[in-house]
Amino acid sequence: MANMVNLTINGIAVSVEEDKTILEAAKHLHIKIPTLCYHKDLCVAGNCRVCVVEQVGNHKLVASCATPVAEGMEINTNTLKVRNCRKHIIELLLTEHREECTKCYRNGHCELQALAAEYQITNQDFIDLVPDKNYTIDMLSPAIVKDDSKCIRCQRCVRTCAEIQSVGAIAVAHKGSEMKISTFFDRSLDEVVCTNCGQCIVHCPTGALTEKSYVENVWDAIADPDTHVIVQTAPAVRIGLGEELGLGIGTRVTGKMVSALKRLGFDSVLDTDFTADLTIMEEGTELLTRLKRALVDDDPEVALPMATSCSPGWVKYIEHKYPEYLPNLSSCKSPQQMFGALAKTYYAKNIEVDPENIVSVSIMPCTAKKFEANRPEMKDSGYKDVDFVLTTRELAVMIRQAGIEFEKLNDESFDSIMGIGSGAGVIFGASGGVMEAALRTAYEIVTGREVPFDNLEITPVRGLEGVKEATVKIEGTIEAWSFLEGVELKCAITNGLENAHQLLDAIRKGDKFYHFIEVMACPGGCLGGGGQPFPVDNEIRLKRMNALYEEDRNLPIRKAHENPEIIQVYKEFLEEPLSHKSHKLLHTSYVKREQY
Amino acid sequence: MDFQEKLVQNLVSKYGRDRENLLPILQGVIDQERYLSEEVILKIAKEMSIPAAHVYGTASFYSFLDIEPRGKYVIRVCKTITCAMKGKNQIILAIEDFLKIKVGETTIDKKFTILQTNCLGWCHKAPAMLINDEVYTELTTESVVDILREYKAKE
Amino acid sequence: MTTTAAKKQLHRIDLIFKHEDDCKEILRNAFSRSDQEIVNEMVNSGLKGRGGAGFPTGLKWKLAAESDEKEKYVICNADEGEPGTFKDREILSRVPHKVLSGMAVCAKIIGAQKGYIYLRGEYKFLVPDLNKELGKFHDILDDLGLDFRVEIFLGSGAYICGEESALIESMEGKRGEPRNKPPFPSVRGFKGKPTVVNNVETLAHSYTILKFGAKKFRDLGVKDSRGSKVFSVSGDTPIPGIYELELGMTVQDFVDDFSDGDCKAVQVGGASGFLVPRKRFGKTTIGYEGKLTGISLPTGGSMMIFNSSRSMYNVLNNYLEFFEEESCGQCTPCRVGCQQLLKGIRAVKRGEKPASYLDQLLKLTETMKLTAKCGLGQSVANSFSSIVENFREEMIY
Repeated sequence: MANMVNLTINGIAVSVEEDKTILEAAKHLHIKIPTLCYHKDLCVAGNCRVCVVEQVGNHKLVASCATPVAEGMEINTNTLKVRNCRKHIIELLLTEHREECTKCYRNGHCELQALAAEYQITNQDFIDLVPDKNYTIDMLSPAIVKDDSKCIRCQRCVRTCAEIQSVGAIAVAHKGSEMKISTFFDRSLDEVVCTNCGQCIVHCPTGALTEKSYVENVWDAIADPDTHVIVQTAPAVRIGLGEELGLGIGTRVTGKMVSALKRLGFDSVLDTDFTADLTIMEEGTELLTRLKRALVDDDPEVALPMATSCSPGWVKYIEHKYPEYLPNLSSCKSPQQMFGALAKTYYAKNIEVDPENIVSVSIMPCTAKKFEANRPEMKDSGYKDVDFVLTTRELAVMIRQAGIEFEKLNDESFDSIMGIGSGAGVIFGASGGVMEAALRTAYEIVTGREVPFDNLEITPVRGLEGVKEATVKIEGTIEAWSFLEGVELKCAITNGLENAHQLLDAIRKGDKFYHFIEVMACPGGCLGGGGQPFPVDNEIRLKRMNALYEEDRNLPIRKAHENPEIIQVYKEFLEEPLSHKSHKLLHTSYVKREQY
Repeated sequence: MDFQEKLVQNLVSKYGRDRENLLPILQGVIDQERYLSEEVILKIAKEMSIPAAHVYGTASFYSFLDIEPRGKYVIRVCKTITCAMKGKNQIILAIEDFLKIKVGETTIDKKFTILQTNCLGWCHKAPAMLINDEVYTELTTESVVDILREYKAKE
Repeated sequence: MTTTAAKKQLHRIDLIFKHEDDCKEILRNAFSRSDQEIVNEMVNSGLKGRGGAGFPTGLKWKLAAESDEKEKYVICNADEGEPGTFKDREILSRVPHKVLSGMAVCAKIIGAQKGYIYLRGEYKFLVPDLNKELGKFHDILDDLGLDFRVEIFLGSGAYICGEESALIESMEGKRGEPRNKPPFPSVRGFKGKPTVVNNVETLAHSYTILKFGAKKFRDLGVKDSRGSKVFSVSGDTPIPGIYELELGMTVQDFVDDFSDGDCKAVQVGGASGFLVPRKRFGKTTIGYEGKLTGISLPTGGSMMIFNSSRSMYNVLNNYLEFFEEESCGQCTPCRVGCQQLLKGIRAVKRGEKPASYLDQLLKLTETMKLTAKCGLGQSVANSFSSIVENFREEMIY
């Protein structure tokens, strides 16, 4: 056990572990010290200085987020000196910040705004620095808008991009008054290694980084009587939307969400879980095929481990940073894009609507999905497969604008076809979920028996850990799969691109060998995605994760291959996994990209 | 392999791939090229496995690691207090007049760039300037032109 | 020079620049003594960091020596960037062996095998001579059996890298942004290892102390300001240059010696130091008590003389332009504060803000002093308040 240290904060004694900071010690006493550059997910920066406190005996104030506790320390968090300094610092930040709160996407969700309100910064004595700054707004990326005039230089985004995601698309550049958050030679985010994961957005305290909004485009489509507007909803949206609309963290709102979407005017409310199940069928088969090529045909060309490809942030990461692993990516499109491709073919035919008139919208916990939908190759239906992608937060905006009292809504069910999802599809939203869903199906296909875990719950692949491993021994195979008899299927699951980077390096060095790896770009998986509610930390991620598993437990069908609509789509349209038609519509390939 | 690529590779093999060698490597490029181009920064980033934006961010922090094209001879006139008191503005006017460019600009033959810089540490012999790594002190409007004339004559 | 009856000629010291070729003997002698003895000698000398921060040198060495880490570093801070300061260049070009000897003794005591001279890019021309000197010095160390090597690390034009933790960041290939303290470099410095960062002059003084003993050094100066100090004298003086003087003199003593008789104010400690107006000359001493030679940044001994023709508004404007550019930019009070101060005095001068706005700015400098992350942001207040308070009328339209 760590040594305990005794100190007082505002005269109240407290005893904490010696490796704690003043900020953490204050939290023990339920004393809130304001912060901006501090974030639980990130290393300490200590640069905004709003968390300064008075330490008796020290004539300077100390940053509570960056100062370790010490025995006998006497701290005061609310003296006149502290308050005056904090006020000054907030005022200074405001002079570099374009104050247009009513026009800002983060209005009401902005940490700087909240602090300015708390400290009643009513008069601005200092000189507005904005007119002399050459601020730019980068709107060229289809996913992320970077508005330097809102930036307070806390560097949370830079630390996020480097520490959590090991991408490093943004960095601190220049110094002094010119210091700014910049990409490589200040290029647009659209041109650089940015994976569009949006983790910078959920870690940004202000409106400096936001998703590119398509809310108006969707309203326009809904208002157009000639279009048939369909919407698909990703698994993690149903456990994030309630949180965004003021219900508790981890509240499951699937039925209310469907009801709200219908009230918004979507012609058909469908479920990405359906194509998540479809992904399992295609990707599972692809994995078994690759294993056969490796184990039976001794094909040296086959790329193992096979890696999941549902996370567009991860896919773009590979394209930029590990192009040699492109063949390892499953050729399956993500559930969103499978859905899009089927919407304007299978679905259109089924309901007898001209695909030309279909507007396909998706609600995602993700910002990278916006980029993915805009990839030039995602037009296999003959049209743009997915027209507009909204985040969980944008959907909440629409619901509020429509005046819907969300918590009062009754539960409604998804429309059909493409509206049924299994529990396997639901857990795609959590790190480990794709692996678990795939194992539930693949094991059963190969052995004819259910995966040998209590209540189908493959617990070793669950949780927030950076890298999880699981080995499944395949025994008692049915004849067609007898080549897998006795094979120990080695799997790894990782979330957050820094962890993915570590895993790939271990694989590259030969320290680790796997058959199948699941990678989600965001910490915790999609539930912690760049399109999910602010704020986020591991405590919140865990609550969302539990909600997803609860959703799975409560569904009647929990295996992809038992989804009746999946059986139907193969029977009526796709024939079988990896058929010619599925290849055309559901599979794709990726490209090597620049390293800046 | 082009010249820049060779230069970067030589520097990286001389100093090593660890991050702590970044400054000497960037300085090595500056010695040859006078500025860090996008291509060079990208090459260094790849060689050292540092995100290119971070190499750019680091380079842009240091006044001597120019990230814009510069002439063969970079003139940096000290603009800090003592040099300002001792007439650095007149020196700059003389240079601008002689080279027919303004501060921040580079001559068309890419031979000279005029910049201002912070304290060079020659306050007792102000005004002072650097031309590349060479120091010139106690400048007068005449002496600075003589100095530049010599550089102009050089190939 | 003025010729008042009470005028006392300042005591010029000749220790640092005295050419002595006995560094091998000094080192041999030092290495034969116990580490504890040397640390005591340094502590007893009263030597304080000559970069400006004034931390007791002996104590710094002691702290680093106490760590059990195997890998440690000694760094000579030659990133002299404070406006008005040029003494380190002079020391390194005239008596580099004294600086190196100081580094070697420190290395022996703390147990470092590797040392660096962080030389500002502006002094690159010193590199060839320094390398020659290093070659000779390494031979001496080999003869004496000390496993220690010194390398030059060149800066690239960033004033803030004179701050020791920013210097270390810079050596690690990063932006020179000061770190949070604690931990201090003596606990966790270069590459996370215990590191002593000493100013050039400090190391050179340690040579003097080792040669003549703590007492000789301690006998110079006053109370908390012991020994001699190298001053960089510039501005409106007929005799600008480098002077080694005893600590504890008043500004008046200094002005009597160095001004041409028309002296309005003296800037002590560079742009991050204090402006002393004529009326305070007699009451202000140069040392580590009261108003110092410099606060927290490598200022150490810059004396800039302004005559009556100088506009204090222009002087302050020049300083603030310097800080606005040279702030690393990471912390709010320094980055935004410097911009506000610069824009603020200009607005007052142009009549766009009332004279009372200066009081607002003075309060802001108080916040900067209390909350900035490092010495740069904290010390902008020094020159700002001493100029605005003493020459307020010059700031107003």
